[in-house]
Amino acid sequence: MNNYNFAFFDEGSKREIRRATLKAIALPGYQVPFASREMPIARGWGTGGLQLTLSLVGKNDRLKVIDQGSDESVNAVSIKKLVIGTTGIDETDKTGEATLIQSRHRIPEAELREDQILVLQVPIPEPLREIEPSEYATKRLHADKEYSGVWLMLFEQIMAHGSVATGADHPVLVHDRYVMAPSPIPRFDNPKLDHSQALILLGAGREKKIYAVPPYTKVVSLAFEDYPFEVERMAERQCRLCGAAGVYFDELFDEKTNEKYYQCNDVSYCLQTRISLS
Amino acid sequence: MSNPEEPVLVVKNLRKQFGSGCTNCLDLKEESLEGNYCPVCQTVYACRDISLELYPGEILGVVGESGSGKSTLMRCLYFDEAVTAGQGYIKDYKDGQKNIFTETSQQKRYIRNHVLGMVYQNPYQGLRMGFSSIGNIAEKLIAAGNRNVGYMTDRAAGLLEKVNIPIYRMLEAPGKFSGGMQQRVQIAKALSNNPPILFLDEVTTGLDLSVQAAVLDLIKIIQRELAISMLVVSHDLSVIRMLSERTIVMLGGKIIEQGLTDQILEDPQHPYTQQLVQSLL
Repeated sequence: MNNYNFAFFDEGSKREIRRATLKAIALPGYQVPFASREMPIARGWGTGGLQLTLSLVGKNDRLKVIDQGSDESVNAVSIKKLVIGTTGIDETDKTGEATLIQSRHRIPEAELREDQILVLQVPIPEPLREIEPSEYATKRLHADKEYSGVWLMLFEQIMAHGSVATGADHPVLVHDRYVMAPSPIPRFDNPKLDHSQALILLGAGREKKIYAVPPYTKVVSLAFEDYPFEVERMAERQCRLCGAAGVYFDELFDEKTNEKYYQCNDVSYCLQTRISLS
Repeated sequence: MSNPEEPVLVVKNLRKQFGSGCTNCLDLKEESLEGNYCPVCQTVYACRDISLELYPGEILGVVGESGSGKSTLMRCLYFDEAVTAGQGYIKDYKDGQKNIFTETSQQKRYIRNHVLGMVYQNPYQGLRMGFSSIGNIAEKLIAAGNRNVGYMTDRAAGLLEKVNIPIYRMLEAPGKFSGGMQQRVQIAKALSNNPPILFLDEVTTGLDLSVQAAVLDLIKIIQRELAISMLVVSHDLSVIRMLSERTIVMLGGKIIEQGLTDQILEDPQHPYTQQLVQSLL
């Protein structure tokens, strides 16, 4: 694919995205607007993450792309193909080997390092959107640090269900300033954002926003005093394949035996555990 | 107890104009304006140098015809609108030393959430109709920094009981309530963090007579029990007569008469006030 510039984009585009990224890192949790490009995949399919990846990737990078824990889903493979095809860099499934990790809806189980960058794909970057449809208004609410709307949503869930019922995308407070949507990762992954060694970048292509959690930044999941933050209960479960415990599991159902069983959601983690056991 | 001689709210020369103004209307002379409207540059002077004082525990009434600027005055005081010029001082905010209109937007939010309460004429402005009634009240408490669900539900339930919303309906959304009930939820919300100052904008307008009476009773009870100072805006003189000790009459964005409510009703001085009192009888 020599007809394309390195990493698909022209240099001007890369520079504009990197500038927005730098600003995002300087203001942890703040949503920086950027000129989201037309991409060869449709908006809503990871274009925000893809643009971040393409603007960051260098000749010595190793890329890993995950889609809900899987390296081999169609979406992950197409994104990987595009980046590899226009850069010629190596890909990897192993979390430890990758320098650049683009992910949808999960943070890998293996702890990330300072020399790695995690790029998360974001559908709705605005944590206040559900209660305030106007962008003009939410920008002002952020400026005033007025987040009662987000808290009200959590309060209403407690009133309706007796507990906080955010399935994913549980709002977090970054660096004691901005409330941020962590992208639809399960609550289980929220603690991994806090003081993460790796730089975490979040990109929303359709909504044209980039934001970031720089390394070693304080990230607190919002919770009331008498209803503390809880991750999904994964205790007393074990991976059927690798025997791992204390990780995030998929629940599967065997129709022949009518039994529920569990499997690591992070496929690469599961494979690594099995290799090291054998 | 605070000194009753010292006002909780002082407003000096509050001006609110819609439009940029021009050389014709800059001096605000009567002859250059048509009412509160400048025919040259189309600027509307909604509030023209309003000054007032609100004392602890008193209910101050503001009457005037529609378009007289009374609601705009309220919206300015609650920071829904930015003032064009003027000063405001609140005793419970920085000891009344700071002009609230020149504070930062963050500080204004603080004042709104901690020191003020507002009941709008239209409950849709003051409530989230899709959220539970308890949640609506909790929102004000959350905004004032509360993070304890147990305390907030107790407080909200207590307030809703006070305004006669049955316990079994507290988890329902105000959108499902009647107009009078919505207004009472709004009052409960405004009271939730014990604000020293409460603004009531045409609270009984559009309610039927018996419900009106119930809401007015409630406001009287609240004033007596909690000693909250209130600014009550209404175009209805009978509401003002029942609630307030002192009254301000507004016309065309200006205060044309003020004094004890009885005095204004018995012996109106300004021709407009005379007409207003006439039409009541």
